[in-house]
Amino acid sequence: MSYSFNFGVIWANLDTFLLGLALGLALAFASIAIGTVLGLVCAFASLAKGRLLRTVVAAYVTFVRNLPLLVIVLFAYFALPRLGLRLGKNESFIASLSLYAGAYLTEVFRAGLAGVPRGVIDAGLAIGLTRARVSLYVVLPIMLRNSLPALGTTFISLFKDTSLAATIAVQELTFVARKINVETFRVAEAWLAASFLYISTCLLLAAGLRRLERRFPKF
Amino acid sequence: MSGFFLTLWISLAVIIAGSALGFLLGILLSYGAMPLRWLIRGYVDAVRGTPVLVLILATYYLLAIAGVNFTAIQSGLFALSIFCSAHMAEIVRGALQSIPRTQIEAGRSIGLTFPKILLYVLMPQALLQILPVWINTGAELVKASTLLSVIGVGELLLRTQETVGRNFMTLEFYALCGILFFVINFALEQLGKLAERRFAFVRRGR
Repeated sequence: MSYSFNFGVIWANLDTFLLGLALGLALAFASIAIGTVLGLVCAFASLAKGRLLRTVVAAYVTFVRNLPLLVIVLFAYFALPRLGLRLGKNESFIASLSLYAGAYLTEVFRAGLAGVPRGVIDAGLAIGLTRARVSLYVVLPIMLRNSLPALGTTFISLFKDTSLAATIAVQELTFVARKINVETFRVAEAWLAASFLYISTCLLLAAGLRRLERRFPKF
Repeated sequence: MSGFFLTLWISLAVIIAGSALGFLLGILLSYGAMPLRWLIRGYVDAVRGTPVLVLILATYYLLAIAGVNFTAIQSGLFALSIFCSAHMAEIVRGALQSIPRTQIEAGRSIGLTFPKILLYVLMPQALLQILPVWINTGAELVKASTLLSVIGVGELLLRTQETVGRNFMTLEFYALCGILFFVINFALEQLGKLAERRFAFVRRGR
């Protein structure tokens, strides 16, 4: 078997690769933002007094966590138009990934909430803060710091999940790699380049996460 | 329905193969020689740093040019097993390193050789921590098996898409597909909880 490596193809298409990576990061960022809001709301809701609210949140989390992301993505893009909800490719993917992210992040935030010492909440109530203010100014920062490691790893795996956008033809890194692969038959170069970009981005994100953890010491 | 069974079969095969390899790698990672450790570390980080889809597609195409004539199913199994082994290696390593060193020293002091220490002292304690995460990884693998549809393996998702292409009842079939996957994973989750409860009694003492 003789395979001559020709990385010229990669350099020639470098801009497409990097654009794909940038799009992937953008998709991840948007989905994470929406997912975080969703996760925070649901995490606090899961401690609510109303039985109905807690059941709804639990059902949402259990249901979405047990579904493959690909099924959710394809369902959102192909099946939802049947119900009248027709979104563009990027939007539909962001919606799917946000929903998925929200479910995972709810679990992460719930664990973070559980790690807040009871005494701190009581102290807040004792100095006369309302329950809402206690939640906002006392509990939230502690919870965020507690869940930082898990949050970071979830972010990184969500970034890797953006590669699924390639299945609905969003022009992100995996899609570009496949395209180059199919067009130029430079199999090894294309996939090595894609893997390299993914791995280095993940490593950079992980390193950034560690620095962030050091800046905000554990409560 | 054949897609359903293929999904189950593939997931099972990958879990078994990947876990076996991952177990071995995890042990080597914790207790092996330095160069070996670097090699395995590099492998694990590389595999975990790439998305599963990229892994599947890359293996599929790269195996072809390497002259290895795998079918789509075989290459998919190969890719997912690699993914599973990398995850398992991390899990096993984490569990093994969280056991206090004193356990190994205690084993040596009563005269056990290292393999025996591994088997009788470390493994039972490590397995307790590995079990829940292992079930979790299993569920993730079932979800990752849907990605094999991209390279044409006739598992549940692909069959659903084919059926939808034929009779355009998009919503119903995707919903059915979703429900089936949910059932599989939910069953796995309950299995995990059951296993956790049954082994919880060992937690006392230490």
